[in-house]
Amino acid sequence: MTVEKAETATRTREYVPSARRLARERHRRARTRRATAVAALSTLVTGAVLFLVVTRSPGWPRTRETFFSAEYAREALPEVVDGLWLNLRLLVVCGAAVLVIGMLLAVARTLRGPVFFPLRALAAAYTDFFRGLPLIICLLLVVFGVPALRLAGVTTDPVLLGGAALTLTYSAYVAEVFRAGIESVHPSQRAAARSLGLSSGQALRFVVLPQAVRRVVPPLLNDLVSLQKDTGLVSIAGAVDAVYAAQIIASKEFNYTPYVVAGLVFVALTIPMTRLTDWVTARMDRQRAQGGTT
Amino acid sequence: MTPVLRLENVRKAFGRDTLVLRDVNLDVAPHTVTALIGASGSGKSTLLRCANLLEEIDDGVIFLDGEDITDPGADADAVRRRIGVVFQAYNLFPHMTVLENITLAPHRVHGVPREQATRRARELLDRLGLAEKAGAYPDRLSGGQQQRVAIARALAVRPRLLLLDEITAALDPELVGEVLNVVRDLKGDGMTMVLATHEMGFAREVADQVCFLDDGVVLERGTPEQVFGDPQEERTRRFLRRIVEAGRL
Repeated sequence: MTVEKAETATRTREYVPSARRLARERHRRARTRRATAVAALSTLVTGAVLFLVVTRSPGWPRTRETFFSAEYAREALPEVVDGLWLNLRLLVVCGAAVLVIGMLLAVARTLRGPVFFPLRALAAAYTDFFRGLPLIICLLLVVFGVPALRLAGVTTDPVLLGGAALTLTYSAYVAEVFRAGIESVHPSQRAAARSLGLSSGQALRFVVLPQAVRRVVPPLLNDLVSLQKDTGLVSIAGAVDAVYAAQIIASKEFNYTPYVVAGLVFVALTIPMTRLTDWVTARMDRQRAQGGTT
Repeated sequence: MTPVLRLENVRKAFGRDTLVLRDVNLDVAPHTVTALIGASGSGKSTLLRCANLLEEIDDGVIFLDGEDITDPGADADAVRRRIGVVFQAYNLFPHMTVLENITLAPHRVHGVPREQATRRARELLDRLGLAEKAGAYPDRLSGGQQQRVAIARALAVRPRLLLLDEITAALDPELVGEVLNVVRDLKGDGMTMVLATHEMGFAREVADQVCFLDDGVVLERGTPEQVFGDPQEERTRRFLRRIVEAGRL
């Protein structure tokens, strides 16, 4: 009886943090302040050292003129940004194509049954080949090889051919990402779907793929960031993208600043994408931490 | 009367050495409950998976309503449509809400219009005391609630036969009761069920027929009174003694 009463009393009384808790929090705050101060100081020192090493180097005045000229940067920026429009279009079109083809390849590789053997083998051979082939070689072969065939009705447009080469290589990467996702779905999910009478195609479509795709969103975004940069490689085919625009000015003026500008523009473009990837990954980790049933 | 499920000399091995079902014979009459008991690894789950064609048997025949479903020409998807299964680990689809889990098969497999499937699903949820969970995702439910949803999912297609594979084995003890109550209700409705279980008290209460599986054969079969009260086989007696010692009967 008395125990019960005491419990009710504790429950109804206003909670007042104990002195112990307050002391603990004070200590924690002090530690955070100290950590911030140390981080700021060490950043300053590192920055200063780097600055001094670079600016005191014997070649610095010359380097600054060649790579960091404000004048040439101003001249190059509009051209580079113009060229970037091509990179963006390539990213959107190739990205969409890569996702579709990658998914088809991944599904083809998971098909069971002897009828599908040729399809399975082809998909496996394709991914093996294009994952191993360096992108730049793939680009050179497609961009210069295909026009050399002089096939009637086949384009010689370097943008289209470059885009095709990017799609060939990246769909192989993305197929492997999708396949990993499909294989990560526990077999019991498929068993549950089949036991409900779903055909194997229906089980794949309604149960396995939705879960697989959700799981591979972070690595997929990662590949898209990578594709975004690699659209710059179509410049070797002579398509006027951001990189090639920079190259034109650089060779005209004998100054490398346009390359730096193009580089910075690409970085500026990928940062939002990488942040998005981080955010999505973190959100999915949080969801998993809340306890999934997978 | 034709048994709903009949197994004749069923044999199933995994690989070359692991013989799980040696020679199993079993009859399940309509509107009866059959409890499969036996030690872990005695073949209870495998038997249920074979009956649902999730595993292919090596020898013997399985009949569903008198029809040979192990015939190579049998349509496995059509067979599975008539059998509901509830798994030990629930196996709900985590990317779908409770309602979507339940309506998936009626809508996609049986072609029931979505509204009608939803209405039926809500009725089932209502009956199982889960009406307010229709829009929730499985990971927001307790184990007992998840398992009841899994039962509703299996019932949504009005199966001829329900297979329950150790459906309370993964539950916290205080949640076992709510799931067993559902099974009691289903028995009241006359649902034909086969359940593999370690809940001996429950098997004794609801089963019309108890089968003791040992080393890939049905070693002893009879009413709960016979099997639990007066087991004939020495191995059955030993198994039940171990259960009593563990405080489970």
